[in-house]
Amino acid sequence: MANILTRMGDGERVQMSVSEVRDALLAGTHDAAQKGKIPELGSDELEQLLEIFLDKNRIVGVAPGEEVVLTHDIGTLRLMGDQANSGVGIPLSRLQGILVHERAFAADTMELGHIDYSFKPVKPIISMEMQEYETAAMMTIVPLFYGAMPNLGTYYRPDGPFGNPSDLLPQGKVREAREAQLEAAGHATRDMVYVSSKLHEVACEGINFDTTAAAGDADFYATLNAVAEIKKTMPEMAIEVGMAGEFILGMHGELFFNGQRLAGMYPHQQVKVVEEAGADIFGPVINTNTSRSMPWNVARAVTFVKHTVAVSSIPIHVNVGMGVGGVPVFETPPIDSTTRASKALVQIAKVDGL
Amino acid sequence: MPIAHVMASGMGGIRTAGDLVARMQMHRKMKLPAAKKYVAERLKISVTDLSDEQVMREIREDLDIGIITSVPGSAKGMEAKARIAALLDLEISTVKRFRSKTFF
Repeated sequence: MANILTRMGDGERVQMSVSEVRDALLAGTHDAAQKGKIPELGSDELEQLLEIFLDKNRIVGVAPGEEVVLTHDIGTLRLMGDQANSGVGIPLSRLQGILVHERAFAADTMELGHIDYSFKPVKPIISMEMQEYETAAMMTIVPLFYGAMPNLGTYYRPDGPFGNPSDLLPQGKVREAREAQLEAAGHATRDMVYVSSKLHEVACEGINFDTTAAAGDADFYATLNAVAEIKKTMPEMAIEVGMAGEFILGMHGELFFNGQRLAGMYPHQQVKVVEEAGADIFGPVINTNTSRSMPWNVARAVTFVKHTVAVSSIPIHVNVGMGVGGVPVFETPPIDSTTRASKALVQIAKVDGL
Repeated sequence: MPIAHVMASGMGGIRTAGDLVARMQMHRKMKLPAAKKYVAERLKISVTDLSDEQVMREIREDLDIGIITSVPGSAKGMEAKARIAALLDLEISTVKRFRSKTFF
């Protein structure tokens, strides 16, 4: 059989034989199973994945009736933002960007987000965000979230008031690093609850916590506590928790939520604490390995996500942006790879959304 | 890039019933099959028809719950959301606020 045209994790096009693709799929699922201590994909599922990669068409898709819901992060920054925000620099207002997504991009939901897309910088200008949300909510039909990143790193020096664990840990100051993280987490929780409560005053339909745990277990801890508090006092506000990476980095190492240690958690474990905190939708991340092929990466992602879906009692909207969810690490991810990841996650991992 | 996902596997937002199914996930934590079943039952159609543009355009016009193209006189924004809230028997916070501010 002729070689299959596929890609590496960095987007580079490569040719692989059918047996090489088969081996890559097996290796990918095995890697996920070993790391996560979860089941590998079955032979039927691997054959189904192989068929997706054997398909010679540029674009592949799911069958009618299998379609899923898409939630969006990053607000409208992909339109008016700069490269650092994955943006294309079109000078649109945020309201225009939201309506473009609703009317032209077939978005199922949409999100308002600040240009400095983290909770800490939003706090001092929250009135601006409230009024922007009020206006957008009058004009939109699709559900409208407000999104921001917990981004615990903004609380550490030099950007914030607390000691920086990245400086303290190499000096062997473990106790000081842990204290700093715990203090920062407390402030971050307070700020996230404050911002959410102000948006609640203008009837915000939902909050999206984007790139949760980017700064490790303390970041995750702060977010879980914020979600729990929000759900206690504002239960009608929907909450989506989207992750930053597949694995919770133990920058602190001794932080627990409901008796479960957060450091070292994989998606199927992360979802359980997110559920316990009260969130409505969970967005797992599986990181793409640029040195491996896309068949390897997709098989790995599907293995992790399938198990996460199986153990979850809330909808799973897997992250499938650049470099995650079986999508190549490239600014403009190739459409052939993107649609293959999409199809695999919907048909085999049985996600509730993307 | 989201457009690639929309084309491959997205429901299609207000082109079809994507926004309606999304609301059931957000507000009632419904997983996809349950969310689709609920919306399909409320609309009295099959689950497959939920993502059929031809079927859903007629339904959205008849129910006046918002359509993609800008037809003068069709419900837009808050008008459409209020009708969606009633259709799905869902309390949508922005609609509730609108009602409280307008005495309806």
